[in-house]
Amino acid sequence: MNQRVGTDSSPLRFAACESASIPLFATFIGARRRAPPARTHRQIGSQLVGRRILAAMGGLDSSSMETDLDRPNIEEYLTTETIREVPKKLHLSDLLDISPTLTEAAGAIVDDSFTRCFKSNSPEPWNWNIYLFPLWCLGVVVRYGILFPASFSWLVSLSNLISCMFCRVGVLALGWIVFFAAFLPVHFLIRGHDKWRRKIERKLVEMMCSVFVASWTGVIKYHGPRPSRRPQQVFVANHTSMIDFIILEQMTAFAVIMQKHPGWVGFIQKTILESVGCIWFNRTESKDREVVATKIREHTQGVDNNPLLIFPEGTCVNNHYTVMFKKGAFELGCAVCPVAIKYNKIFVDAFWNSKKQSFTTHLAQLMTSWAVVCDVWYLEPQYIRPGEIPIEFAERVRDMISVRAGLKKVPWDGYLKYFRPSPKLTERKQQIFAESVLKRLEEK
Amino acid sequence: MGNASAMLTQYDIEEVQDHCNYLFSQQEIVALYSRFCQLDRTAKGFISSDEFLSIPEFSLNPLSQRLLKMVDGLNFKDFVAFLSAFSPQATTQQKIEFIFKVYDADGKGRVTFKDLLEVLRDLTGSFMSEEQREKVLGQVLEEAGYSRESTLYFEDFMKILSKAGLKMEVEVPVD
Repeated sequence: MNQRVGTDSSPLRFAACESASIPLFATFIGARRRAPPARTHRQIGSQLVGRRILAAMGGLDSSSMETDLDRPNIEEYLTTETIREVPKKLHLSDLLDISPTLTEAAGAIVDDSFTRCFKSNSPEPWNWNIYLFPLWCLGVVVRYGILFPASFSWLVSLSNLISCMFCRVGVLALGWIVFFAAFLPVHFLIRGHDKWRRKIERKLVEMMCSVFVASWTGVIKYHGPRPSRRPQQVFVANHTSMIDFIILEQMTAFAVIMQKHPGWVGFIQKTILESVGCIWFNRTESKDREVVATKIREHTQGVDNNPLLIFPEGTCVNNHYTVMFKKGAFELGCAVCPVAIKYNKIFVDAFWNSKKQSFTTHLAQLMTSWAVVCDVWYLEPQYIRPGEIPIEFAERVRDMISVRAGLKKVPWDGYLKYFRPSPKLTERKQQIFAESVLKRLEEK
Repeated sequence: MGNASAMLTQYDIEEVQDHCNYLFSQQEIVALYSRFCQLDRTAKGFISSDEFLSIPEFSLNPLSQRLLKMVDGLNFKDFVAFLSAFSPQATTQQKIEFIFKVYDADGKGRVTFKDLLEVLRDLTGSFMSEEQREKVLGQVLEEAGYSRESTLYFEDFMKILSKAGLKMEVEVPVD
């Protein structure tokens, strides 16, 4: 039996985690259905086992069935009274009693910690009384009618142009014009002086991001020392929406790793973001991983490259939870600087539910709300400790970010949004059950 | 988000409560409704197999396929009735009834050796050979006074399982 799950008598040890009697099953995900703050030793134990298995299963590419997981010894979480190792003789009732499995399935149907990460809460209606409703109507008029008006009106006259300077789309349109007016000549004409060209392009991208942020009336508080440009460092942050990148880019020009998108976003990715050194990947291609890993490694070695920003969650999460970090960013052998981002939900819910809305709709939603308020914390650079493996390092950094931004941790791989869980996880459960049945059969 | 645009009226809640034999409180039914709407992403009125399988915790359960056959395409009322066996208020008999239904896939009211073998196969996968499974089942059946050829009915299940102390409860998160 695999080292990871325990040897010799441990199937029943884990089985005993779940309840005082000895069911034949070891349930991995834990009996409680919520993401709970206070847990008993048994539940921590079984959740830890679950995390170990899930962490070990990790990504779903064929190349990535990692077998190198060593977590801290799980036995320290199991108190002795929960470990009753007496295998009893097998009876018909034991085989017929499938209630633990059924309970797990029903619990997953009723509430599961994975779907919770991607739930965007509809805001509570606060305006349904005689006093607040007119105010809300006024707000709608201001937000949609004044803050967001169509940019075509600036064509009409200069005075309108000035009035639109105070309007968001106008600001955005103007920003794009200035940006392209400066970027295109610089990009195509200044061929010889690469260093200057890159400096100017960097500044332009930063400026454009500031314009974006201004167009949603972004109020962003940065805490901590500004990132510096050094080789051998990588920035990691939690991910809520594509605007995370814009918010961080405003302060420092990062090179980011992004999923290739279609449409106008893809166009911008190809033309502008390449100049800051961004790297693209495609989630649906399984061989893509190695290619990207090589590119990342090269980038971190280069002296003059922009600092690399990675979102190790791999997908957008709703800013209340963090899903498991992919270990790619943590096995590069360089410093990892965590960045925590937390949006204030009172003003707008910045979670981009990519299954529900396109990025354009999402941007429009941001631009028609009052403000985007968020906090960004730059945390202390971390190094991998001796004896620590990349997955543990990733979990440690995830801990730091979750604590700083007030997010709850969830032991799931973000890619489960797009793919089914690996059948190996089911096989693990089957293996435990089968082995304990056979063992009990031998008991006379 | 906010698929729960078709809000539940008090009448709806009471109807559902009646259908599930009052095993869930009204608040739990409201909570289950928002969960139902969350899972039913395209607002069809039922949850498809695909949508159930997108819950990773459900997907990796060995009995997920058997349960899917029971729960696929149910409307909300039947969905709540399905889950009512897991309510803390449900009696042991109701729980055993549920387990019987899982075994009795064709709904004929009887469970044969073949059915028992199928469920055991789901639970053990490739880690037990077919002979081992048949041997185990045969052995425990004989000890309990049955044989491979016997057919088990609901009364038999009641007899075998009512002493087992079934723990089959799920907490519905009510905010």
